[in-house]
Amino acid sequence: MKLTVDGTEHELDIEPDMPLLWVLRDELGLTGVKYGCGIAECGACMVHIEGQAVHSCQTLAGDVWGDVTTIHGLASPGTLHAVQDAWITHQVAQCGYCQSGQIMQAAALLAETPDPTDQEIDDAMSMNLCRCGTYPRIRAAVRSAAQALRGDTQ
Amino acid sequence: MSRAGKIARRAFLTGSIATAGGVAFGVYMYRRPSVNPLAAGLAEGEAALTPYVLIRPDGVTLITPRADLGQGAAHVQALLIAEELDIELDQVSLDPGPPSAAYYNTALSREALPFASTNESRLAETARAVMDAPIKFLGIQITGGSTTVPDGWQKLRHAGAVARETLKAAASLETGLPVSDLRTQGGAVLLPDGTRLPYTGLAARAAEIDPVTDVTLRDPSTWRLIGKPTERSDIAAKSTGQQSFGIDVTLPDMLFAAIRTNPRQGGEMLAHDASKAKTMRGVHKIVPVTGGIGVLADNSWRAMRAVEAINIDWGPAPYRPHQGEHWRALENSFTDKRRDSRHRNDGDVEAALAATTPLEAEYRAPYLAHAPLEPMNATVRIRDGRVDVWTGTQIPRFVQKNVARITGVKSAQVHVHVQMSGGSFGHRLEDMMVRRAAELAMQADSRPVKLTLSREEDMAHDYPRQIAMARGRGSVSGGYVQAFDLGIAMPSIMRSQMRRLGMPMIGADLQIVAGAWDQPFAIPDYRVTGYRAPDLAPISSWRSVGASTNGFFHESFLDELIHEAGADPLEERLRLCSHVPSRKVLEAVGEMSGWGAPLPEGRGRGVAFCLSFGTPCAEVVEVTVTESGIRIDKVHVAAEVGRVIDPVNFENQVQGGVIWGLGHAIFAETTYDDGMAEQRNFDSFRFMRMYQCPEIIVRGLENDSRVRGIGEPPVPPAAPALANAIFAATGIRLRQMPFVRDMDFA
Repeated sequence: MKLTVDGTEHELDIEPDMPLLWVLRDELGLTGVKYGCGIAECGACMVHIEGQAVHSCQTLAGDVWGDVTTIHGLASPGTLHAVQDAWITHQVAQCGYCQSGQIMQAAALLAETPDPTDQEIDDAMSMNLCRCGTYPRIRAAVRSAAQALRGDTQ
Repeated sequence: MSRAGKIARRAFLTGSIATAGGVAFGVYMYRRPSVNPLAAGLAEGEAALTPYVLIRPDGVTLITPRADLGQGAAHVQALLIAEELDIELDQVSLDPGPPSAAYYNTALSREALPFASTNESRLAETARAVMDAPIKFLGIQITGGSTTVPDGWQKLRHAGAVARETLKAAASLETGLPVSDLRTQGGAVLLPDGTRLPYTGLAARAAEIDPVTDVTLRDPSTWRLIGKPTERSDIAAKSTGQQSFGIDVTLPDMLFAAIRTNPRQGGEMLAHDASKAKTMRGVHKIVPVTGGIGVLADNSWRAMRAVEAINIDWGPAPYRPHQGEHWRALENSFTDKRRDSRHRNDGDVEAALAATTPLEAEYRAPYLAHAPLEPMNATVRIRDGRVDVWTGTQIPRFVQKNVARITGVKSAQVHVHVQMSGGSFGHRLEDMMVRRAAELAMQADSRPVKLTLSREEDMAHDYPRQIAMARGRGSVSGGYVQAFDLGIAMPSIMRSQMRRLGMPMIGADLQIVAGAWDQPFAIPDYRVTGYRAPDLAPISSWRSVGASTNGFFHESFLDELIHEAGADPLEERLRLCSHVPSRKVLEAVGEMSGWGAPLPEGRGRGVAFCLSFGTPCAEVVEVTVTESGIRIDKVHVAAEVGRVIDPVNFENQVQGGVIWGLGHAIFAETTYDDGMAEQRNFDSFRFMRMYQCPEIIVRGLENDSRVRGIGEPPVPPAAPALANAIFAATGIRLRQMPFVRDMDFA
């Protein structure tokens, strides 16, 4: 089976029903993608397929329909995505375990909706669970990332 | 046993002021500094100037022994050392260090004493001083009880200062200049002519001399780091997927493991059939573990899938199997026979209540899983008589001891590498996952084994927060609260937990009444009684421990009495409050929230206060009744911590604590059926999401002379402040958690 992840094509001898999460973590060593619940409730495993945020724990390897981007490939090497930059500025993380997924969700939201309302931010980010309770900082970081991204493209 | 050992043991077992005279020798003995655990591993040119500062020719490492569970412990410990060491945070690397008696926690033991943290009498201070010695003797390197900052405040700054002065002495020897001519800055000793001698170059000389221990700590006016916003040392790694957690440990030739143990926690496996699992792809070996079975495979998913394919007969639960029986056990525990403590007994409650028809109310709080987002895991390698353990833990010394016992090697041969934790909330005070991983590694032919619990396996074995009930009786007089009598029943958290740690539990369990008996209110007739229910499901410390339930009980019932008296909830609390720093947090939230300003119909404000872990914290919650249920608009929080060491992390911790308190109070419970926890994933164990999260405004006060922790104290006031706000908005009094049982939330 062939999978393209973060711009690199991999030839893999794996079961087609292995969830993408475990392919990424255990077969490819991309451990920034996190296992939290296995049932698409927490969002810690979020990656992009063709730019769309998906739960990799509920996406079977055989069903992957396009190029996969993980937290490791979100920005070009040596640079930060605007969302990551905002996450650092706002010092969002506590334990940080959910933040890869939060960042992937936010990046997908802003790619599709560059100027989201507070309601749109809440709706999208409510897919992701944070047990430490960093929601107020996530909200602020998404707003400033949106601003930065719009500034870059205008 | 030696005489000194006997005395110290006695001091620990009783831990009471009655032995204060008797343990003087023990106190003296065990006040000697512990051996520096870094000394053994040093190479030529390296220096371990204290157990907290390691200087090598290629860099400076600060040892941060309190586990980072997400609360920023590593950063705050490093900051305290670096302040005195005169080095910048981007010039050092951090390491949690080895398990060692040198990293004992004195602040933790203070919570076990029957003196409220506001009691600064000579008796209370003597008892606290005596407790320090036995804890140091036992070398309990525990992270918990919001003690990282109180415990490290002097100790870590002192360590930084000792290292600084020793490096200056080394530079003086090197240059022939007097120490008084030398300054330190940015990780170097500065000579009068401006020459910089980096610490790394002075390590070899510093290692040859005795550390300079007569040091003076910096005046607060000169602080560079304390109280200033700093960038947390882990923030960049945690924003880019680069932070490695225990679950990410990867070693050459490693096997991936999954287990299933009896979901009736502590029960046995009676029989199993693994014939199908054996044939599944990637399965290396199927092996027994205590209470169940494990699969060693070449991938975590293959291991989890194979272990699910094993048919297993489980034995019965070693406790009452049904939730209803647990509640009945609590209901039947309000008896003289089960009375555990009555450390608050002011005035004459019985006489006051006999003179009137008392107001009565009953409250309930459920079991709650800790459920940190990183499922429990541990990696163990047993090779050539040496055992290596990689795991996120709050109890590295116990892990070391338990793994040594299981694997049959000496403790010195067990090397615990503490990993960054993806949350804990008290869950990592247990080490079940490490014990099972050690059993698996013993059957893995010297290969390393990474055990990852599935979410379901983790939550079936969570050792949840205690279940608890309270009964209040009280009366009012002339518009004021007159009598307050609260009985609280729960099983003993400390007994359940300490038994698993192999430690004795002597005397009353003050966690049964923590956050209630020790509140700074001068109610004329005021009594708090703890009742120890029989042991039910095994339980453990959950963020804010006893106060997590008792803050709700105490502040809800006080609110009911204040309402009965016709008084204002904030004004009456201020009138009753006898402790100046606590009054100031109440005044602060009053001012922040515009308390007293009228609200439109359908909105309500509630206030609650709790002094826990020595930190007074008050919260005002504002709610609106909407068509789809209660919406929480805003929370104002004020907490008194003596010093806000890192204002950014302080705010994040307080906001997180409020969300933790509110999210569980509204949505979550763990219940038992047929001996098994029913909620084993986040579909049934619900928690607050972004769209439900209110704006949370935080203020840290610095009026008290003692420095306090902030990880737990924001939790206890959150639930009662919300319940009191809902009462103000709707007239409905919520007396059981989770509130979603009785009320819709938007």
